[in-house]
Amino acid sequence: MNFLGKDIASIHESLVKGDVTAEELTKEAIQNTKNNEKDINAFITIDEENAIKRAQEIDKRGINPDNVLSGIPVAMKDNMLTKGVLTSAGSKMLSNFKPIINGTAVNKMLDADTVSIGKTNMDEFAMGSSTETSYYGDTNNPWNLDKVPGGSSGGSAASVAAGDVLAALGSDTGGSIRQPAAFNGIVGMKPTYGRVSRWGLIAFASSFDQIGPLTNNVYDNALVLNAIAGHDEHDLTSSDKEVPDFTKDIDAGVKGMKIGLPKEYLGEGVSEDVRNSIQAAADKYREMGATVEEVSLPHSKYGVAAYYIIAPSEASSNLQRFDGIRYGYRSEAAKNLEQLYVKSRSEGFGDEVKRRIMLGTYSLSAGFFDAYFKKAAEVRTLITKDFQNVFQDYDLILTPTTPTTAFGKDENKDPLTMYMNDVLTIPVNMAGLPGMSLPAGFSNELPIGMQLIGKPFDETTMYKAAYAFEQNTDFHNQYPKIGGDK
Amino acid sequence: MSEKISKDTVSHVASLAKLELTDEQLPYFTDQLDNIMGIFDSLNEVDTNDIEPTFSVTDQINVMREDVADNWGERDQLLKNAPDVADGLIRTPTIIDESED
Repeated sequence: MNFLGKDIASIHESLVKGDVTAEELTKEAIQNTKNNEKDINAFITIDEENAIKRAQEIDKRGINPDNVLSGIPVAMKDNMLTKGVLTSAGSKMLSNFKPIINGTAVNKMLDADTVSIGKTNMDEFAMGSSTETSYYGDTNNPWNLDKVPGGSSGGSAASVAAGDVLAALGSDTGGSIRQPAAFNGIVGMKPTYGRVSRWGLIAFASSFDQIGPLTNNVYDNALVLNAIAGHDEHDLTSSDKEVPDFTKDIDAGVKGMKIGLPKEYLGEGVSEDVRNSIQAAADKYREMGATVEEVSLPHSKYGVAAYYIIAPSEASSNLQRFDGIRYGYRSEAAKNLEQLYVKSRSEGFGDEVKRRIMLGTYSLSAGFFDAYFKKAAEVRTLITKDFQNVFQDYDLILTPTTPTTAFGKDENKDPLTMYMNDVLTIPVNMAGLPGMSLPAGFSNELPIGMQLIGKPFDETTMYKAAYAFEQNTDFHNQYPKIGGDK
Repeated sequence: MSEKISKDTVSHVASLAKLELTDEQLPYFTDQLDNIMGIFDSLNEVDTNDIEPTFSVTDQINVMREDVADNWGERDQLLKNAPDVADGLIRTPTIIDESED
């Protein structure tokens, strides 16, 4: 059995009834993964021994009937610290790094009694939109192995889409949960900045990064967010706002809901099939009783430019800790301290990481701070204000997640073209808002994702709207061929 | 805002970032960075007079806690991640290279 078409609640029921054990499920998840790995390469590490041991412990303790996640097989993106298990962030720099602690989100998943079967592939230090910058080779899209799975949570998305596991954690700095969710035809949620602790997440750009769940369906997604959300004293940017039960009243429908459709997100660069799917989604919402009206987010078009100043600036600072001394890759050619830094970093980092470190170093350097970094931060304010204006009158915003479906692995991709991939997701991170992607159509047998953007800390409304759409459409019930029988 | 980025500039920035670029990499990165920075000019279209910059999207400022160190008692495990260790300490190459003064 693979997990295509399965949901956490029904598997939980089987576990409670004793029709299946956590150990059996874990072994199936590992077998699914091994079967798919030669085609997909979704994992950097399959943690077979620990996973089976843990599942046996859970079986011994007994499945808690009140904890729907108990015994459920999941996967973690490889930039989340896992005690004693390789955590490489997709980089040669950390190819020998075994943390001594778990990150908070990982711990919360363990507290919820899920079983992590391993660490998923990703763009190096989460920098990329295709999982092609990983030191551990490309991940392939389960829908079409010649296409990318998106990035940087491409391994997490592909592992769920291929039926390896029921849920995976990803991280999203400029769209790295939502874009791969869209490319793989699954549900990906980037919560409000501060909703989930970033402690133990290897930092890329600290004012943007946020951890979130990737799942087969909306309800499962809400269940996982329930498990990982909440204040953490280790992360001073994590919010102390109360965490609601995101599944509560998830089936309340969208009657009376007001949804904004920003005209700027359906313009140039968005493929006709994607645009048509979003218009059809808007019509579906109207049919279900919501009001959908055109709105404007005029500064969003500057999001990419501002992002590629601020995010690399933060990255250049965060990545200075990789100096070859305390942990990580150390060049053997270094003869003195300066060479130790320079050679270790030059040999340990890949091209995309070097590119972004240099962009950031340049933006922050003397004489350019005001013209670049400060200007970008001011534009960030305007992007945020645009959203605030719309949210005075609307509950949600509906957009495409990506301008196109998954692109080919063989396509000529210069860095700037790649950066434009996140044009529709970046503004959400600029403003720290919650955003999610869910399946909304197909084009040439590749999934199309739609993005719902919510008010700060209002993931509940997003889940309600997403659930209503899912229950009234059939896109989430279609699976990639790679998964074989359902 | 941006002028054409020169190889010298990229070389200087790389040195600030403690990165070394080969003769082949320098023109390659220079072209790419110049291309990327071209889009930064679009920000000049935006009037940001009297607009406060956003450096953080949270309203949590200066959250305080007790200054208690937690070293997890995992010194040996921690040192396993260090590239070179001797007598419970991290070993590095010579820090002061006397031949260069």
